[in-house]
Amino acid sequence: MGIVRVSGPAAPRIAQAVLGGLPRPRLAVHRRFLDASGDALDDGVALYFPGPRSYTGEDVLELQGHGGPVVLDALLERCLALGARLARPGEFTQRAFLNGRLDLAQAEAVADLVASGSREAARAALRSLDGALSRRVGALTEALTDLRALVEAAIDFPDEELELLDDDRVAARIGELLERIGELKQQARRGRLVQEGMRVVLAGPPNVGKSSLLNHLAGHDAAIVTAVPGTTRDVLREHIQLDGLPLHLVDTAGLRQSPDAVEAEGVRRARREIETADRVLLMVEDHTAAAVLEGLLRALPEHARVTVLRNKVDLGGGAAGPVSGSDPPALRLSVLTGAGLTELREHLKQCAGYQGPARSGFSARRRHLEALERACAALGASARSPAGREPELLAEDLRQAQLALGEITGAVTTEDLLGRIFSSFCIGK
Amino acid sequence: MNYPASYDVIVVGGGHAGAEAALASARTGAATLLLTDSLETLGQMSCNPAIGGIGKGHLVREIDALGGLMARAADQAGIQFRRLNASKGPAVRATRCQADRALYRRAVRGALEAQPGLSLFQQPVDDLVVGGGTVRGVVTRMGLRFHAPAVVLTVGTFLGGRIHVGRSSHAGGRAGDAPANALARRLRELPFHVDRLKTGTPPRLDGRSIDYSRLAVQPGDDPHPVFSFLGDPSSHPRQVCCHITHTNEHTHEIIREGLGDSPMFTGAIEGSGPRYCPSVEDKVVRFPDRASHQVFVEPEGLDVHEVYPNGISTSLPFEVQHRLVRSIRGLEAAHITRPGYAIEYDFLDPRDLELSLASRILAGLYLAGQINGTTGYEEAAAQGLIAGLNAARHSRGEAPWTPRRDQAYIGVLIDDLTTRGTREPYRMFTSRAEYRLQLREDNADLRLTPEGRRLGLVDDVRWAEFEARRSALERERSRLRASMIRPGRQRRRRQIEVLGHALENEVTAFDLLRRPEVGYAEVAALIGGGMERADVVEQLEIEARYAGYVERQQREIELSRRHEQTELPADLDYDAVPGLSNEVREKLVQARPATVAQAARIPGVTPAAVSLLLVHLKRRGAGLPRTASS
Repeated sequence: MGIVRVSGPAAPRIAQAVLGGLPRPRLAVHRRFLDASGDALDDGVALYFPGPRSYTGEDVLELQGHGGPVVLDALLERCLALGARLARPGEFTQRAFLNGRLDLAQAEAVADLVASGSREAARAALRSLDGALSRRVGALTEALTDLRALVEAAIDFPDEELELLDDDRVAARIGELLERIGELKQQARRGRLVQEGMRVVLAGPPNVGKSSLLNHLAGHDAAIVTAVPGTTRDVLREHIQLDGLPLHLVDTAGLRQSPDAVEAEGVRRARREIETADRVLLMVEDHTAAAVLEGLLRALPEHARVTVLRNKVDLGGGAAGPVSGSDPPALRLSVLTGAGLTELREHLKQCAGYQGPARSGFSARRRHLEALERACAALGASARSPAGREPELLAEDLRQAQLALGEITGAVTTEDLLGRIFSSFCIGK
Repeated sequence: MNYPASYDVIVVGGGHAGAEAALASARTGAATLLLTDSLETLGQMSCNPAIGGIGKGHLVREIDALGGLMARAADQAGIQFRRLNASKGPAVRATRCQADRALYRRAVRGALEAQPGLSLFQQPVDDLVVGGGTVRGVVTRMGLRFHAPAVVLTVGTFLGGRIHVGRSSHAGGRAGDAPANALARRLRELPFHVDRLKTGTPPRLDGRSIDYSRLAVQPGDDPHPVFSFLGDPSSHPRQVCCHITHTNEHTHEIIREGLGDSPMFTGAIEGSGPRYCPSVEDKVVRFPDRASHQVFVEPEGLDVHEVYPNGISTSLPFEVQHRLVRSIRGLEAAHITRPGYAIEYDFLDPRDLELSLASRILAGLYLAGQINGTTGYEEAAAQGLIAGLNAARHSRGEAPWTPRRDQAYIGVLIDDLTTRGTREPYRMFTSRAEYRLQLREDNADLRLTPEGRRLGLVDDVRWAEFEARRSALERERSRLRASMIRPGRQRRRRQIEVLGHALENEVTAFDLLRRPEVGYAEVAALIGGGMERADVVEQLEIEARYAGYVERQQREIELSRRHEQTELPADLDYDAVPGLSNEVREKLVQARPATVAQAARIPGVTPAAVSLLLVHLKRRGAGLPRTASS
């Protein structure tokens, strides 16, 4: 079971959207949790506590689902899309305290909690053995501060003979920053995979052996495997570890049109899973014709990261293992005999950028990614500001970008910025 | 003897801070006394003869919006006006003028003498009258005791001043004046945190010895900009030009040879100088790659020949000054009328002040201007106005008022000083203001005049002018917001005519104005009617242009407002806050932030420390605003 808790004035609105209506206060009700198109993400128990009679003292919504990180993640995403943001460590307790919901005797404990929460936050940012993420963000912040110093100096010291703000050169520097942030985002995403696990979706036509692979990797019978096409009508999940790399395996219903309503629902869910997967394993039979495979690949979302698994090599007698030079990457294997499965495990670890538990690049949390996204968005906007004519707008976008990065490594103050200006440029009548 | 009359507020010092303090106090109805060493030097510009500039011009407009003097004095004394950053966006455009020193002094003295409720008295102040832990008045050099429940000290460079030229140094205020050493000693006896700062001036030159034909001309802008919202270019005196020349490799050679005798490098000067206004020897040492530095040759006035060569501030020995000046193009035969010098002076750590500029150390005492570690007439005047206002309010038992950071540069200035302190003479820059797009010269009145009116700082004349402008603006803004411009066959041709293309969706006139390529003229052409007032049209265009950014900043402001409204009690015992690191605790004890937001702005105070403060406050039972949603 997994719980998503939402606190604040927007909680009733989010309840409306997710549950299709506001539950009666303080009464556990059974509801379907709906996504944006009104489809069920999960179902479970919903509780609504209007403030101030709630844990935090604000309006609080609790959604208790069947859980599993994947469903939970989807539910969380849904709430975020509706305007919620992730709570900071210890924030619910902090709010509860600040709103007077915890009594004074608990104050000391709360203080400790807040402190430990932020220690953990700090640790998360510096989690990787060599502090790689913060070092990289630090370097990025340096470059951004340099650019800001240039822009701010041009604004504040127009009478000095400074380097003019040339639109093209500024754009080039922003472009370079965007590229570096892009790379960092990629690595952070990979870091997040290591931290939070990689979501792998098994897709493919019915009865090619997806569920068998799931069972094989999971090591027990999680899915019911039969020879009747369309047995997997729902989405099945397993959580396994490959040498310490968490994998969330999702088995989807066979991709085919079906008159069966329940199965059609399964197909819809499968598509959703595929769209948000870190890796899609598209399983076909080894002898599948190129044109058919082509058609299956085309049916997947454009940006999906796909590996093709050609199963049942034992029937055709081909060699198991990676198919060289194929795009997307392909692997021959036999779930029945186990041939090629070691290579598959290696391949998955490689996809996650995983180098074993001791040597992963750096850890990144979802909020690091969010901060990088925001920095990217602000920089993207700054690239559209005419530097020479309206440098104050460019400066504002750059400031926003720096604020976002500051959430990872700590703020850059005006004093830092002025220091950079005065050490870089000779200012002063 | 005790002076027979008693006052509500005594202002010590007649510089830019003192003048605004005395005027603001008297405007609100407090019986005010201004004490100065010399009535002749009221409103004296002791450094370069200019008012305004980027960030500083913003301060001047805000002072004006609050009924202050500086903008009007500059309009009467300005002999070259420029609009800086005219080619950039409206938020960073700023007014600057060269001022005639004599005209400026006359304008200031005239305003002080004309202010009802304000008396002037010439006597140096040597001591404070203190009793029962609060200031009760001042004692002058001849032993006269003046009494008042509030005293504003604006004693600037006079405080413990020491002047350096080459290897020689002597006690002194600004060149030619005696330093206020008796008072400085007095203040050092009180538990103020006193520190040293340094600044300098260039040698002054006789304009008749300059070959202007070899200098580049820098004329003022035409039409002349004005400072005051009530101003008019017709009030400006005759306008003149500034000139620009440059130092060269030979100049730098002379400076390098003379460095051995520079008090900056011999260690005679311990105070820190401003990084943005370095001496010419500093520039040569720190930027050895630069082959030349600009020198602005600024006139000191219409009736005098003396000029101020801005850019070659120096404390090198006079003999070196002489040679370095003469190595500069156009100044080959220049005659120095006054040597350049560096001056070190005391300032009192502004972190000992409340946001009202009241001292935390001595009740009833207010400090403004250079004594708080700032530089510049505008920074001094801005503080003077707030200190004078709050001293007067204190004398009446009213709550103090200081603008917020999102309201005014004055708010940024005072918050920076009282929260972070300063290690160099503090000067305003627009980059210090996080809400720069909203803190513009053009809307200073909209931001501050209603507050000024409420506080009794704004008279009927200014208020009537303001109301006319604001209501015209509001009417036209509502009209633009209510006017829908629709696509359609009949309107198509007109739209193409005016905009160059036809609209595809319905928009309000205001939203159309938000597009960078659309101005008010185009919008008016489509919806008919029109606003006559150019200032209102300009305001609407700026509001529309910045709307998206300002909305986003507004959200940021709302967020920080929560912390802004959460006060930290003055008697908060930081040792009793569990979990604070020693480093953070020390910083908080030193800075004594008034609000949680201020605490958060102190460098080194972490978000975790802020959370701990919030928790501690709650435990103390202090009221907190509701937190925002997740």
